[in-house]
Amino acid sequence: MAPGTTAMVKDTILKVDHLSMKFGGLMAINDLSLEAKRGEITALIGPNGAGKTTVFNCITGFYKPTMGMITLKRKTGKEFLLERLKDFEITKHAGVARTFQNIRLFSGLTVLENLLVAQHNALMRASGYTILGLLGSPAYKRAVEASIEKATYWLEKADLIDRADDPAGDLPYGAQRRLEIARAMCTGPELLCLDEPAAGLNPKESLTLNTLLRSIRDEGTSLLLIEHDMSVVMEISDHVVVLEYGQKISDGTPDHVKNDPKVIAAYLGVEDEELEQIEEQLEGGKV
Amino acid sequence: MANPIETNPGGMAKAVREGVFAGIIAFFMFLLYVGIETYQDINNALVWRTRWELLAVFVAVAAIGRFLTVGFIKPHIDRRKLNKAKSGVLEISDKKSFFHRHFLKFALVFLLVYPFLSLLIVGKQGSLKYVDNFGIQILIYVMLAWGLNIVVGLAGLLDLGYVAFYAVGAYSYALLSSYFGLSFWVLLPLSGIFAALWGIMLGFPVLRLRGDYLAIVTLAFGEIIRLVLINWTVVTKGTFGIAGIAKASVFGIWSFDVGAPNNFAKVFGLASSSVYYKIFLFYVILALCLLTAYVTIRLRRMPIGRAWEALREDEIACRSLGINTVATKLTAFATGAMFGGFAGSFFAARQGFVSPESFVFLESAVILAIVVLGGMGSLTGIAIAAVVMVGGTEVLREMSFLKLVFGPDFTPELYRMLLFGLAMIIVMLFKPRGFVGSREPTAFLKERRAVSGSFTKEGHG
Repeated sequence: MAPGTTAMVKDTILKVDHLSMKFGGLMAINDLSLEAKRGEITALIGPNGAGKTTVFNCITGFYKPTMGMITLKRKTGKEFLLERLKDFEITKHAGVARTFQNIRLFSGLTVLENLLVAQHNALMRASGYTILGLLGSPAYKRAVEASIEKATYWLEKADLIDRADDPAGDLPYGAQRRLEIARAMCTGPELLCLDEPAAGLNPKESLTLNTLLRSIRDEGTSLLLIEHDMSVVMEISDHVVVLEYGQKISDGTPDHVKNDPKVIAAYLGVEDEELEQIEEQLEGGKV
Repeated sequence: MANPIETNPGGMAKAVREGVFAGIIAFFMFLLYVGIETYQDINNALVWRTRWELLAVFVAVAAIGRFLTVGFIKPHIDRRKLNKAKSGVLEISDKKSFFHRHFLKFALVFLLVYPFLSLLIVGKQGSLKYVDNFGIQILIYVMLAWGLNIVVGLAGLLDLGYVAFYAVGAYSYALLSSYFGLSFWVLLPLSGIFAALWGIMLGFPVLRLRGDYLAIVTLAFGEIIRLVLINWTVVTKGTFGIAGIAKASVFGIWSFDVGAPNNFAKVFGLASSSVYYKIFLFYVILALCLLTAYVTIRLRRMPIGRAWEALREDEIACRSLGINTVATKLTAFATGAMFGGFAGSFFAARQGFVSPESFVFLESAVILAIVVLGGMGSLTGIAIAAVVMVGGTEVLREMSFLKLVFGPDFTPELYRMLLFGLAMIIVMLFKPRGFVGSREPTAFLKERRAVSGSFTKEGHG
């Protein structure tokens, strides 16, 4: 449970209903329904090719689902049907931000510029769609200062403040991962979707990532993440959904999922009699 | 190899071998192009003769050049590099020379006094050439290249039909001034607006395409505009072009028409000469260039400019951050087209004559070449490239003394494109990112450090 959000009943921020996605003859997602609660970290796990990234791409508008409904409820109570919005509108209006499995930074822009680009829509409005900004309106200048402040805040959180003026392409891998998260946060999202944020990180970097993700959650942004690194998933998620072959096979708390024989079978493809052995291994892996 | 030649006896043998090899390749390469010449005899029949001496020169240059490079120059360079590496002094210094730091100020002051300088040095008649052929001509290309830079250099959209917007601007001025008698200062902004509208009209259907596809469609658009200009004879007079386009005036106060009562030279009691008009035009195009530069620099620091550059870096990431990429591309297209339109209307006023001949694909290619040579996104680099490429062409015209060397039927202008290509190859070999490959960040926390060209991307559509 997230501290700070005390006794408030957690409402649903994201609801995926009967989602199906077909690529030609391939059913990548088959009638998938899931929910993510506000203020929680929901993890989406599953073996390679289970359709996790496809779900992400449907939620963030990069794919149009073949069937199904994706509803996002904002804090204001306004609801958005994400499958009807264009990809950029999902971020702009519905407040969903995402990162990518293979990092997509603006490598030729500096770290700070990356974070300013993320605040594009707010700055555009403040600059009167460029016209007021060109005339040097004081409101725009204030907005620029605020945007740099916001960027600085996230740079400090992501421990990148010393590299602010370096090109993003010059950062080491782990820092690029953190920058991508910081950049997504600068769009001011209510739901942050992370596609394998811990991929390629060393254990120490994974640990700092956990801290960063928790603090993002505690500040009121819900998270949805795809992850292979079980030390991250089990450590930080409040809720885990397991996919296999485009279908949900398990759903619940990390502990529940961890002990679900279906999940273990999906991951390891083993006979039932070996289950006990695997459970032990999982217990060991957590420490 | 870092080994000095003395301790490397095989080095000389290798140099000789490579030299001979280069000679053989050169022989076969130039055998048909240089060794044999065709010409028409008195009966207009095509006959051929051999030029073995010239071929021998070509082969000798290739062979000896290769021999010297492999045998002496390369070992020397390697030795120097090795010594430098041994001494352990790294060549990373941020110190720039005084000239380098204040280059822009020098350049601006020089441009401001340039017409008067040429008046002083070569007199009224002589400075016509320097102000018009060099000054105005180069500045028009600077402006066009800066305009295209917004589309190609910043937004990363490869536009091969930029000359279409130049044509729209030129014909807007030519037609509206000759049919409705509107003045230059009214039509200058109008031409820009028309060109921008065309940019948006073209952009809407086209900007879904990316990369090569976008390049082809923009190329086609450029050709369509030209063909319309040729074939819509009722309005555009086709290939005859529109002549007698009104001159620009000094905001309607003084005119440059010879007969007018408020003729500039008459009012100031100067001897009549066309050089005043040229000098005036020089300052107009200089002002237009500075406007382009100012707007570009300002826009780069606005959210829209950053979005353009982000678009060049990664379009998908842009969309994931809530940036409307279609609108962003359209604004880049329209802004670039607008400056093309300004330049076009200026071109019409300066020439007094426009015809579709001026707006062929080659112009688009030259403008794009200037942008690429200068370093995409860098205003200074592009201006230098324009001076080199356009000024270089003009200089070639002045090279009539080469006729003494190569014979009376040698016309240096014909080698323009050859040299253009050669220059591009050389620059791209040594400076693959153009003259100025680095990028100035638009915002900084502690210090502004240029971003090396190896991190920036060219965009893929």
